[in-house]
Amino acid sequence: MADAEKTIEIEVLRYRPEQDREPVVQTYQVPFTDDTSVLQGLQYIKDYLDGTVSFRWSCRMAICGSCGMMIDGKPKLSCKTFLREYYPGKLRVEALSHFPIERDLVVGIEDFIGKLESIKPYIIPKQSRTLEQGEYLQTPAQRDQYEQYSSCINCLLCYAACPQYGLNPKFTGPGVLALLHRYNADSRDQGWEARQDVANADDGVWGCMLVGYCSEVCPKGVDPAHAINQNKVNSTLDYFGMLKFLLPKGAAK
Amino acid sequence: MSARKPYVRSMDGWWRKNPYFTRYMVREASAVFLAVYAVILLIGVFRLSQGAAAYGAWLAALTNPLAIVFHGIALLAVAYHAYTWWKVMPKTMPMLHVGGRRIPEIALSAVGWAATLAASLVVYMLVRGVS
Repeated sequence: MADAEKTIEIEVLRYRPEQDREPVVQTYQVPFTDDTSVLQGLQYIKDYLDGTVSFRWSCRMAICGSCGMMIDGKPKLSCKTFLREYYPGKLRVEALSHFPIERDLVVGIEDFIGKLESIKPYIIPKQSRTLEQGEYLQTPAQRDQYEQYSSCINCLLCYAACPQYGLNPKFTGPGVLALLHRYNADSRDQGWEARQDVANADDGVWGCMLVGYCSEVCPKGVDPAHAINQNKVNSTLDYFGMLKFLLPKGAAK
Repeated sequence: MSARKPYVRSMDGWWRKNPYFTRYMVREASAVFLAVYAVILLIGVFRLSQGAAAYGAWLAALTNPLAIVFHGIALLAVAYHAYTWWKVMPKTMPMLHVGGRRIPEIALSAVGWAATLAASLVVYMLVRGVS
């Protein structure tokens, strides 16, 4: 903390539903050091400059998924992005794209939550086991098939990166489809049949045009574009009644 | 009564707002040149079926400067399309493991790029050899 404090200009896209007809930009001068995150910059604004600025945050260490926002037009976690990257220029923060703005940097996420519920985001065993039968066994290779997709923190950056979701809000979207694959690909789960209605729908995997930006912005390396597009193959096999060739193979016995 | 008044932002001009989206649109648009080129080629095959004179007229039409400019642009567009096609192709494949390690996407793309280059070279040499 020996380095001298500098000051940077942060533009915040404000929207106060009780007084604004549309969002307006408000500018703040924020002191920062090399280790000040954008989130800390916003917290400084709220504590010392303007207590009415609203934004979501919790863990400050890129695991809760609350503080996603557009930073200079790119979806990022504000706790994982540092003010020094934008100095000596300024930066602009805005609510996540493609979601309705509730207030300032806070977006409405009911749509996402509803979609998340629709894919049954939990393991649905093929055959339930009794206590006497013991635990479900899984090899490291079987775990590798879903582990990366299980890293999703529901931060919604991928939705803000997906123009298909912006253009057609009915599209199930990258994050939820990646989680759909996370459970389908788990050898303990019954797989495709449990969630085929969501996957096969026009607004399921086929709503994806493989722009690929979701995988670029994901802070957890989930790669939603990969999860979705392998399931286009599965959906096609399903259409032709060839479910036995489904990928990845190998449900637990 | 709820005080909520969610604001929905417009999507107008979305693909110009992020260079990533612009590249995506160029990628998709490059397919149009591929399609037009394929139609021109199909017309050539059709003209060939009508005899030597018809085929000769089709070949002559292709020497028009406009046709040559179009083919130059189409060649670039198709090259870009082939590059991007193989770049995203691994996203459509299941995870592949060899010896317990996952094959990286770039390796899968590289195989596609190499195959495209090899096929293009073979076709080029065939055409040069014949004429």
